[in-house]
Amino acid sequence: MDFIAMLTLFVLAIFLGVELITKVPPTLHTPLMSGSNAISGITLVGALIAAGHGESVLVQVFGFVAVVLATINVVGGFMVTNRMLAMFKRK
Amino acid sequence: MHLADHWLNIAYLIAASLFVFGIKGLTKPRTAVRGNQLAALGMLIACVVTLFHREIISYEFIIAGIVLGTVIGAIMAVKVQMTSMPQMIALLNGFGGGASFAVATAGYLGGLEGPVALISTGAAVLIGAVTMTGSIVAFAKLQELISGGSIGFAGMKFVNALLLLGSLIAIGYLVVEPGNEMVFWALVVAASLLGLMLVLPIGGADMPVVIALLNSYSGVAASAAGFVTGNSALIITGSLVGASGLILTQIMCKAMNRSLTNVLFGVMAEGGVSMSDDEVYQGKVKSSSADEVAMILETAQRVVIVPGFGMAMAQAQHAVRELADTLEKRGAVVEYAIHPVAGRMPGHMNVLLAEAEVSYEKLKDMDTINPTFEQTDVAIVIGANDVTNPMAREDKGSPIYGMPILNVDKARTVVVVKRSLSSGFAGLPNPLFAKDNTLMLFGDGKQAIIDISTALKEA
Repeated sequence: MDFIAMLTLFVLAIFLGVELITKVPPTLHTPLMSGSNAISGITLVGALIAAGHGESVLVQVFGFVAVVLATINVVGGFMVTNRMLAMFKRK
Repeated sequence: MHLADHWLNIAYLIAASLFVFGIKGLTKPRTAVRGNQLAALGMLIACVVTLFHREIISYEFIIAGIVLGTVIGAIMAVKVQMTSMPQMIALLNGFGGGASFAVATAGYLGGLEGPVALISTGAAVLIGAVTMTGSIVAFAKLQELISGGSIGFAGMKFVNALLLLGSLIAIGYLVVEPGNEMVFWALVVAASLLGLMLVLPIGGADMPVVIALLNSYSGVAASAAGFVTGNSALIITGSLVGASGLILTQIMCKAMNRSLTNVLFGVMAEGGVSMSDDEVYQGKVKSSSADEVAMILETAQRVVIVPGFGMAMAQAQHAVRELADTLEKRGAVVEYAIHPVAGRMPGHMNVLLAEAEVSYEKLKDMDTINPTFEQTDVAIVIGANDVTNPMAREDKGSPIYGMPILNVDKARTVVVVKRSLSSGFAGLPNPLFAKDNTLMLFGDGKQAIIDISTALKEA
């Protein structure tokens, strides 16, 4: 992807993010943070590619570290968010 | 089997859309659980299709990493106490930053070409490493592994400026001479140090701002990692999270009447002549008993509970909810006034009360509840201090002047449950405690609330 296309995505997504997030009520700000944390674990996608690279061991080691950290983020983030939101749901 | 790049990109687009729907779900408590599940589904799709990426030729490291990460993440999520949520988020922010840093490093070591890729790598390493070490310091402070106060030395700002400048020069140098690994590792060291030094001087009261800001950084770092690998999913998602963290940072700063620069540099507002405790409290503080408070509550029709983090420290949430239940059975209306910085991170107090099975409909934010205090018979302040200090409204010379507060002093009677007259994070006396309509109930928060409930049930 060329740089301008990536920059376009980046800027438009920020505008979208601002529009979306300002509508989240203060009551849900903590789950929003843990949930967005889980989503930012999307780095896992890049980590998987690095860990499976297979040409250089050093690259794979950093890839492995990235996979572990990003997976903690994804699994821990979504699970803890779910745990909190379940408390809000019941009456 | 490998999938062609365009199939991967379509899958990433679906994942990004699910993330957007997920966040949209979070705008209402009713749809929030579903939103979170949609986002998780998006993540699953993105990860599964990536396994078919043409560059992946071995799976040992991938499987080992996923298994290890899943176990650690699941244990953390199940075990964490709601009071410790800020620490957990700080740690997750740090892991997110660390992952982006590691992806960028792997990308660099795998051989990158072109200024865009190299500048993005530099940015991902810089922001990722700052987020990682900064978050670890934030975690250590919140967990009380190190002092929660401001830690620093003269000239710290100067050293930080040098570290930042050095990092930027190193990134520039890498573009010119990508093969120079020494420069790359120097960048890693400088960025890691910078993260430590940026968070160490920030005091405990400002932690909500820091956590929100690091949340934002972890998103921006993911975006930068996306620029390195040309991955649309990372770019879109990273900027969504970056925007989210930034908005929360703004909300927190506004609620504390602090500018972001003051928070970042550990500057406290300089007050004029602030009054001493004696001047404010001498002979004016009325100490009360649980029985007396129960007597006043007997006839109350509208009661507002004002919780602070002290309530959670005393584990009094359940006792508070039981008191509210008792009052409601007697026909009173009970609501909770939640200041934006009532807990230790954005929305923390709401989670703590939700855990005690308080309905979220009774949790009112500052702007909604403030006009109602004049019609409130009794306001019960438990574990909150600075956010109720009328000096923020009335005393122009006060260091906290201009900070938005809960106007509890406008209620007919104010009951303050507190261990002593000690000051809060701002280190100031609170004239609320000396007002004519204020009763102080000294003691442990949980026991005091239980005593009131008992007295009220007997009445």
